[in-house]
Amino acid sequence: MSWLDIGSLDDIPVLGARIVKTAVGCVAVFRTAEDEVFATSDRCPHKGGPLSEGIVHGKSVTCPLHNWVFSLETGEAQGADEGQISTFAIKVETGRLLLDGEALQARTAA
Amino acid sequence: MTKKLIIVGAGMASGRVIEHLVETNKDAYDITLFNGEPRGNYNRIMLSPVLSGDKAFEEIVTHDDAWYAENGVTCRFGEYITKIDRKRKVVVGQNGEVAYDKLLIATGSAPFIIPVPGKDLPGVIAYRDLEDTNAMIDASAKPGAKAVVIGGGLLGLEAAAGLKARGMDVTVIHLMGHLMERQLDEAAGYLLRRALEDKGIEIKCQASTSAILGEDKVEGVLLADKTVIPADLVVMAVGIRPETRVAVDAGLAVERGITVSDEMQTSDPDILAVGECVEHCSQLFGLVAPLYDQAKVVAKTLLDESASFEPKEVATKLKVTGCDLFSAGDFSEGEGREDIVFRDPARGVYKRLVLEGNLLVGAVMYGDTADGNWFFGLIKDKTDISEMRETLIFGPAYQGGDSLDPMAAVAALPLDAEICGCNGVCKGQIVEAIQDGATDLGAIRANTKASASCGTCTGLVEQVLATTLGDDFVMPAAQSVCGCTDLTHEDVRRLIKSQELKSQAAVWQELGWSTPNGCHVCRPALNYYLLSDWPLEYQDDPQSRFVNERKHANIQKDGTYSVVPRMWGGMTTPDELRAIADAADKYNVPTVHVTGGQRIDLLGVKGEDLPSMWADLNKAGMVSGHAYSKGLRTVKTCVGKDHCRFGTQDSTGLGIKLEKHLWGSWAPHKLKLAVSGCPRNCAEATCKDIGVVCVDSGFEISVAGAAGMEVKQTELLCKVETEEEAIEIISAFTQAYRENGKYLDRVFKWVAKVGLDWCKETIVDDLDNRKALAERFEISQSVYRDDPWAKLASKEEAPKFNPLANLTLEAAE
Ligand code: SRM
Ligand SMILES: Cc1cc2nc3c(=O)[nH]c(=O)nc-3n(C[C@H](O)[C@H](O)[C@H](O)COP(=O)(O)OP(=O)(O)OC[C@H]3O[C@@H](n4cnc5c(N)ncnc54)[C@H](O)[C@@H]3O)c2cc1C
Ligand code: SF4
Ligand code: FES
Repeated sequence: MSWLDIGSLDDIPVLGARIVKTAVGCVAVFRTAEDEVFATSDRCPHKGGPLSEGIVHGKSVTCPLHNWVFSLETGEAQGADEGQISTFAIKVETGRLLLDGEALQARTAA
Repeated sequence: MTKKLIIVGAGMASGRVIEHLVETNKDAYDITLFNGEPRGNYNRIMLSPVLSGDKAFEEIVTHDDAWYAENGVTCRFGEYITKIDRKRKVVVGQNGEVAYDKLLIATGSAPFIIPVPGKDLPGVIAYRDLEDTNAMIDASAKPGAKAVVIGGGLLGLEAAAGLKARGMDVTVIHLMGHLMERQLDEAAGYLLRRALEDKGIEIKCQASTSAILGEDKVEGVLLADKTVIPADLVVMAVGIRPETRVAVDAGLAVERGITVSDEMQTSDPDILAVGECVEHCSQLFGLVAPLYDQAKVVAKTLLDESASFEPKEVATKLKVTGCDLFSAGDFSEGEGREDIVFRDPARGVYKRLVLEGNLLVGAVMYGDTADGNWFFGLIKDKTDISEMRETLIFGPAYQGGDSLDPMAAVAALPLDAEICGCNGVCKGQIVEAIQDGATDLGAIRANTKASASCGTCTGLVEQVLATTLGDDFVMPAAQSVCGCTDLTHEDVRRLIKSQELKSQAAVWQELGWSTPNGCHVCRPALNYYLLSDWPLEYQDDPQSRFVNERKHANIQKDGTYSVVPRMWGGMTTPDELRAIADAADKYNVPTVHVTGGQRIDLLGVKGEDLPSMWADLNKAGMVSGHAYSKGLRTVKTCVGKDHCRFGTQDSTGLGIKLEKHLWGSWAPHKLKLAVSGCPRNCAEATCKDIGVVCVDSGFEISVAGAAGMEVKQTELLCKVETEEEAIEIISAFTQAYRENGKYLDRVFKWVAKVGLDWCKETIVDDLDNRKALAERFEISQSVYRDDPWAKLASKEEAPKFNPLANLTLEAAE
C-alpha cells in the first residue's frame, strides 16, 4: 500500500465529510462521532448525489438527494435500496489522514 | 562482586521493579535510587483522595524509609540526575557522580503546559505530584476562592472534584465537545457532565484558552471567545509528555518516549527504561496497569531471565464520588464494527458495547458499571460472544433480561414535570386524577384540562395513563419520529421543554434513543427543536442539517448550487441588479430565473465558488435569501398605495418591515408571507402561511394558506388597526408555530392540529401571552437575525468549501 497524506483529522467536522479529488473522481472522506474515518466514492449510484454532503449517523451516510442510506464500512446500500459504492482504505496516524493511493490506481486499471 | 544498579526516578513503575528484584534475589544488585521529588515512592494515583480530603498523604506512601533501609536501597531523594555518561558508565546527580553496571530510567512524564501568555504566573500549576496537590489545598483555604481547571480529562476532572470538595468555585474549560472524549462517547460524556454540574462544578466545552491574565499572580483566564473567567488558581491538566530529557542528552533512541524493546531495553543494552517515559511499539502509556507488567519484565531482564512485554487492553475509571463510569478497549477507528446501545433514563444509565465480528472490542458505560470488569474480561480474553450476542448488554447476570421499555422516558419523569403547556398541568396532577378514578383521555381532560386545549400533549397524557394503569390501558398506536425512538414528535417537543434538555446528547439519553447518534430523520428535527426552545444555550449543529441548510444554498440535481439573494419585500435597485448581473458573469452562472417569490435565482453555481460569490453580493449590500431554509423565505408585496389607484395602505413598506423583522428565523417548515394593498390581492396573500390584506380601516391578518402540493385559502386570524399591532401579532403567531409545530408541518397543518380557535385565544385575545411570545421571538432573533453567507465567506470558513486535497496529479503518475 502507498499511504498518501491528504490532510488532518481536524479538517473534517465530527459527523461530517470532505472530498478529495482524484483521477478516478471525487472520494468522500467521512468522520464519525467516534473519530473513525472512512473513504468512499462521493457519487451515489442512484442519481449521482454527492454523498459527502449527506447526513452522517452511526457508521452510515444518507444521500442528500433522495435519502438512500449507505454503510460506510461495506459501501452497501441499506434497507430496500440496492446499490454499492466503492470504499477505500484510509487510516489516521498522529492526527493525519492517510489514504491508500494504490487502491485508487488499482481502480483506474480495473 | 555485586553489580551496581542505578535507578533514575522513584515512581510507581520503578517501585514495582525494586519489589520484584528484592523478592527474587536481594543480593543480585546494589541499588541506588535517585528521585527528583524529595521523597520516595507513593501511590500517585491516590493524590486525588488526598486533594479531596478523603485520605492523608501518609496513607498513600507505598515505600517508607524503613522499607528502603531493610532492602538495602541507597536513597538519594530530592536529587535530579542531570547527565548520563554512557562511555564512563556514570550518572551525574546534583550532588555528584555515581558509577553503574546497569541503569534504569524511570522518569515518568511531565505535565504539558499550553504555551499561552501568562502560563508562568504564580498560581498556575499542573497536577502531578504532592507539591501540586498541596498548592491546591492551600489555595482552597481562602474563602470564596475561584479555580479554573483547564482540561476535562481524567486528571482535570479529579482535580476539579477535589477542589470543589474543598469549597472552591470551580470552572472546567475543555477544548473538545464533551468531557473525557478519549475514554467516553458523547452520551456518557453528557451524563458525566450532568453529574459534575450537579456537584456545582461549572463546565465549558468547546472552549479554548487564549491567555492567563494577571499582573504578579493569576487573576483570570481569557477564552478565545473573549469571555474572562476570574481565577485565584489555574490548574493545567491538558495532558502529559514522557520525561525523556536525560535520555535524549545521552543519545539514546527516543521518539515520543524512550524507545524500548520487548525486554524493556533501550538502544544501549546496559540501560533499561520503564513507566510513562517509554515508548513501546509506537505506544505510550498513561495508566499504571501496563507499567506493572513492564516492571515484571524489567526485573527479569535485569536478572538475566527471559521475559517480554506485551501491552494489554486497559480500562479507565474516574475516582470521583458519584460519577460511575467505565471505559475499556477500543471504540475508535477500525472497520466492520457494530454497536449495541442500552439506555435507562430513569436510572441515568448508559451502556454501549462495540463488537467486531464475534468479539467484543470496546465498552463504555455510565451510571451502572457493575458489569464493567466482566466486559473487560471478554475484551482481554477475546471471548467469542456470538452465542450471547442478543443478551450481552444485560451483563453476566442476565438471562431473561428486560428489553428496552418504550415508556421509560415518561416513567422517568418527575411528578412536577409539565405535561400540558397550555394549561400548566404536571405529571403529578394527572397521576392523581388517575388514582382518583380517571381511566381514559376524556376523564383526564375533564378533570385536569390536560390535552384539552391545543392537544399536542395527547400522546404524553396517554403514556402517563399507560405507565400508571399498566395493562388496564391500551395505548393507541402513534407514529414515532423514526426508528431511533418510540416517541412522537409532539412527545419529544414537550419532553425537551419540561425536562429542560439542551443538547442532542441529553435528548438521546433522557428519552432513551436506541442508536448512538440518531439518524438523518431525527437529527434535523432535534436540532430544530433545541435551537427553537433554547436559542441562547443550544449551539446549532450544521452536521444535523440537510445539505441545503448546511451550505446555505440549494443543491441541484447535478451537485451544483443555486444562489438567491434577499430582495426585501420584492423590491430591488439598479445597483443590486448590476451586482447580480456581475456575479452571474463572473461565476459563469448558466441560468438566471425570476422566482415565484419575487426575486432572482442564480442556478448552477459550483460549490467551491459559493463563498467568493457571496462575498461579492455582500459587498453590494445583499444577504442570503434563505431560499433553502425551513424558516422565513419571502414576504411578497404588491406596489401598494404609493402607485396603485386602489391601494389602501403601504403594503410594500409593511412587507419590507416584516421581512426585516422575521428574516433568519428557523421554523418547523418554510414560512412564506405576503402583503397585498387591497382585497384585489395581487400579492396572493390569501394562499400564504401568513397573509396580510390591507383595507381602509387597517390590516386583515389571515393564516394557514397553502399553494403547493395542496391548495388552501387562508383563514382570518384577526383584524388590527396599526402596523405595529400587525407586526406584533405576526411575531407572536410565528413564535407559537416555532415553539409548538411538528418538524416539517407547514403552518396550515399545524393550525389544523391545534385549531384556529386556540390560535385566536392564545395569540390574539390573551394580550400577556401575545407579548411574551413576541418577546421570546425577539430573544431568538438576537441570535439568528444574521447573514449566514457573511459568516461562511470569512477566511476561516471559506476554505472548507474546497476539496481537502487534490490527488489528480499523484494518481496519474
Ligand atoms: C426557485 C423557486 C421556483 C421558481 O423558480 O420560481 C422554487 C424552487 C424550489 N422549490 Fe418551491 N420554489 C419557489 C416558489 C414556490 C412557491 C411560490 C411562492 O413561494 O409563492 C410555492 C407554493 C407556495 C407554498 O410554498 O405553499 C412552492 C412550493 C414548493 C413545495 C411544496 C410545498 C408544500 O408544502 O406543498 C416544495 C417542496 C417542499 O418544500 O417540500 C418546494 C421546493 C422547492 C425546491 C427547494 C425543491 C428542492 O427541495 O430542491 C426548489 C429549489 C430550486 C432551487 O434550487 O433553487 N416548493 N415553491 C421559487 C423560489 C421562491 C423564492 O424566491 O424563494
Ligand atoms: C493525580 C493523578 C491521578 C492518577 N490516577 C490514575 C488512575 O486512577 N489510574 C491509573 O492507572 N493511573 C493514574 N494516574 C497515572 C499514574 O499515576 C502514572 O501512570 C504513574 O504514576 C506513572 O509511573 P512512573 O513510575 O512512570 O512515573 P512517576 O510515578 O511519575 O515517577 C517518576 C519519578 O521520577 C522523578 N524524576 C523525573 N526525572 C528525574 C530525574 N532526571 N532525576 C531524578 N528523578 C527524576 C519524578 O520526580 C517522579 O517522582 C494518575 C496520575 C495522577 C498525577
Ligand atoms: S415545481 Fe417542482 S420542479 Fe419546479 S422548482 Fe418547484 S420543486 Fe422544482
Ligand atoms: S442520488 Fe442518492 S439517493 Fe438519489
